[in-house]
Amino acid sequence: MIEVKNLQKNFGTLAVLKDLNITFEKGQVTVIIGPSGSGKSTLLRCLNGLEKPTKGQVIVEGEALGITERALDHTREKMGFVFQSFNLFPHKSILENLTLAPIQVKKESPDIVKMRALSLLEKVGLSDKKDAYPSQLSGGQKQRIAIARALAMEPEWMLFDEPTSALDPEMVKEVLELMKTLAEEGMNMIIVTHEMGFAKEVADRVIFMDEGRVVEDKCPIVLFENPAEERTKLFLSKVL
Amino acid sequence: MSFEFLSTYGQYFINGTAYTVGLSLMAVLFGLIVGTLLTLVRRSKIRPLAKLGDAYVAIVRGTPLILQLYIVYYGLQNMPMLVAAVLAMTFNSAAYISEIIRAGIEAVDKGQWEAARSLGMSSGLTMKNVILPQAFKNILPALGNEFIVLIKESAIVSVIGVHDLMYNADTVRGITFKPFEPLIVVASIYFVLTYSLSKALQQLEGRLKVSD
Repeated sequence: MIEVKNLQKNFGTLAVLKDLNITFEKGQVTVIIGPSGSGKSTLLRCLNGLEKPTKGQVIVEGEALGITERALDHTREKMGFVFQSFNLFPHKSILENLTLAPIQVKKESPDIVKMRALSLLEKVGLSDKKDAYPSQLSGGQKQRIAIARALAMEPEWMLFDEPTSALDPEMVKEVLELMKTLAEEGMNMIIVTHEMGFAKEVADRVIFMDEGRVVEDKCPIVLFENPAEERTKLFLSKVL
Repeated sequence: MSFEFLSTYGQYFINGTAYTVGLSLMAVLFGLIVGTLLTLVRRSKIRPLAKLGDAYVAIVRGTPLILQLYIVYYGLQNMPMLVAAVLAMTFNSAAYISEIIRAGIEAVDKGQWEAARSLGMSSGLTMKNVILPQAFKNILPALGNEFIVLIKESAIVSVIGVHDLMYNADTVRGITFKPFEPLIVVASIYFVLTYSLSKALQQLEGRLKVSD
């Protein structure tokens, strides 16, 4: 369980998150939607400590996030994070991208990590790229590798920050398909996205954010078919 | 002009070149090690330590190398002159190399840092495995330039009596009573060294770009 308590985040004088209170339960796929600047990416980045809250706290499995750097590192091992811009390590081969953190951080045996990485590459359909370098991959392939890299740490949670926003349209599907597979396997996922079709189909819960606040927090059928708030209706009318 | 003295005293120039290149190479290699440590110190979260590192760089960059050489040579008693020369040049180049590394690190995309940290890697592990290897590629050309600069600047060590190219040229001028010609010889040697190095560097840079 991840609890967000009275979370506030300012960038300079701009309040990006305003007193947020949300609880993410295990066994759910939560999708966060909202217009640009609504604070959804900042919220996600606060969940694994990439942004430090101005006020309030994030509590992961009962422990406040980031008391010490080491505790933060330890929590991050359990929370995979997928970036819009992939952020693969360009100087490492695809296989090394997957094996680096498990070997260095979890001190697992390289042979075991390599076996797991190879099976993950098979899962994301890119076994033939294991010796390639990130620059040789398409955007969709890069993002599938980035997902596999996060999974190689065997996380309990997977956080996705607009994973398909930097992709060419024809590559969006392959990434969404992979995420759908993960959801079906029961991975605990929190996803910031503009893919409404995906949200409808895969999410157990959809949170609509605007101006740093949660406007609506419902199951997808209710939120998409019968939104309660005017602000939600306006947003959905523009994106659907 | 006659260069007949070369047949007798050519060995002076060969030995001098070996000293100059060896000294510069040592300074750049040790400078790289000290400069990397210095950069890490300057980036540390312990503020006074970081400030001290900044001050060191500012002082070294703000004073002449010849003065630094004198301070090392005369300040530390009984220091063999070769050791003093290597020390002074190392601590001098470390400051410049630290600036080069800092720029190289800052040029690495911030997403790399975030990706590594989000996988649970500590800041030390991230630096070692993700940031520095990429920064190194950024800094390699600038490091080569520093090496070229050191080859020229190292001529200053002749003032404390290190038998580098410049010193040996003076020796030959004294022995042969030819004040001018040996200077032409060393000028040519310095130029060939620096020019061929900078050409080699351009080649290397081109190849690094291809591998991107």
